[in-house]
Amino acid sequence: MLPTVLITGASRGLGAALLRTFAEAGHPVVGVARHPAALHAVVDDLRRRGLAAHAVQGDVANPDTTAALIGEAVAKAGPIGVLINNASILGQTPLPLLLDMEDRSMNAVFQANTLGPWRLMKAVAGPMVLRGHGLIVNISSDAAVHHYPTWGGYGASKAALDHLTATLAAELDGTGVRLLAVDPGEMHTQMHRDAVPDADPDSLADPADVAVRLVRAMSAGASGRISLPALGVAS
Amino acid sequence: MKAADTYDRPRGRERMLVVDPDCGCWAVTDVQRLADTLEAGDLVVVNDAATLPASLRGTTADGTPVELRIMGPPDANRWPLAVLDGQDWRTPTQDRHRPPILRPGQTLRLSGGLEAEIQSVQSPYQVLATIRGGDVWAAVFRTGRPVQYAYMRQDVPLGAVQTAFATRPWAAEMPSAARPLTWSTLLPLRRRGVGLARLTHAAGLSSVDGGAVDATLPLPERSDIPAETVRAIRATRAGGGRVLAVGTTVTRALEGRVAAAGDLVPGVGTTDLILEAGSTLQVVDGLLSNLHEPGESHFSLFTAFAEEPLLRSANALADRHDLRAHEFGDATLILAGALARIPRDACLAA
Repeated sequence: MLPTVLITGASRGLGAALLRTFAEAGHPVVGVARHPAALHAVVDDLRRRGLAAHAVQGDVANPDTTAALIGEAVAKAGPIGVLINNASILGQTPLPLLLDMEDRSMNAVFQANTLGPWRLMKAVAGPMVLRGHGLIVNISSDAAVHHYPTWGGYGASKAALDHLTATLAAELDGTGVRLLAVDPGEMHTQMHRDAVPDADPDSLADPADVAVRLVRAMSAGASGRISLPALGVAS
Repeated sequence: MKAADTYDRPRGRERMLVVDPDCGCWAVTDVQRLADTLEAGDLVVVNDAATLPASLRGTTADGTPVELRIMGPPDANRWPLAVLDGQDWRTPTQDRHRPPILRPGQTLRLSGGLEAEIQSVQSPYQVLATIRGGDVWAAVFRTGRPVQYAYMRQDVPLGAVQTAFATRPWAAEMPSAARPLTWSTLLPLRRRGVGLARLTHAAGLSSVDGGAVDATLPLPERSDIPAETVRAIRATRAGGGRVLAVGTTVTRALEGRVAAAGDLVPGVGTTDLILEAGSTLQVVDGLLSNLHEPGESHFSLFTAFAEEPLLRSANALADRHDLRAHEFGDATLILAGALARIPRDACLAA
């Protein structure tokens, strides 16, 4: 029985592509997103094709609903073998310089992009240690490594996520739980349109292709931090 | 003994009452001293059940409000439910009114747009029902609340009643013996060669009516014991190590499996075993639990590990030092030889 994969931000973009890729490979999958209509569109399509896909509506940024989100996911699909923290927000757009960024926006960005993933890691890693295996994948960005003006809030939240990923990996060394941070590269998604409205679509990767490459890297045992563009796979 | 009445007492810093049947002695120490009592080759077995938000609100067809409590995991959409009156946890259980009489075929409207249809009635307080009307698990997790009792000061959030490794939502109430076990405690134990194994046991409700039904608790409960855990237990005993059960649920699951199947057979099964003074323990050597007092079914299980006078004396010491009972409280360790391994200056014996 292939491990159950839980993917946040699964209603569109990379998250939806990952949901489809894993489901088509035979994994039970759970998609988490805030907006039920879009999420159910993706999940119901997979279910109509006879695939084991489940929807859990939830907002990873909400600290009070983590236990219910995970509980519902496990009730529907069994213990989580792979967690992919993909859900992210940009914060206020147009992206602001740090000196202009609103307090509320910075808080929201860290809740969604850093603390939400940390809470989900807390909820699934314990069961993984008890079973002796598991994989946690945190979607990062090159904005975590380079310091692009106006990407300060988002970049900082991803840099913090990278740090949590690496520290948790050190803490769980020897337990069989693997951690992976991934820079997926720039993709043709709604999030990218919101951030860079005048980007040339031809320069952006198809999230479906990125999903396939990411799954391949995960299956090959990747750990630590990887950058898919740097792996130089033909697009 | 007073109950711990808040849910956010820091985990891992609880106090621990140690009862040692070897020396017939007892002391109060800190739960961190658990590590002193275990050595490489021993095995800690935990219950990895997550706690359900088992308390649901509903109404009968004539509008009478009820509280329903999910008693255990459903079996093919057949849900075991306890039925209580329309008040809530703030009313002490023994002061609650009789719930409305329910009959097979009757339907209850539940919050979240669901409907429960009664399939069978086990007692005025227990029914089996099918639930329909949409995404049942979503509605349970959105509208359900953890079961709690009148000694608490506030509503308890679902996250506060999960152990550090809670996985499948099988438990009607928290398997709270494991609340003091943080990963700061468990990971070093593993590294030292103390084994850590799991099973999933559907921990049931601790109270339903404050009276006759409670006297019949615990009810038969389901356990899933992995083959890996059976192998670990066999290897531990063969190597002369000891098996420490974290919780009465783990004890019941393991001893109940041997009692029912003649051997520790892995897989899913139900146990109706009641452990008490004189019961033979065939698998478990020691027990980590919360604090329990005479009259509770948990205390009766304690008497299978140590004699009642010893337990009573130990509880009196715990009470003098204001250790707290119930799920958010302090711990009890019953393990032969435990006190010989804990430094004297870490113990209060009077």
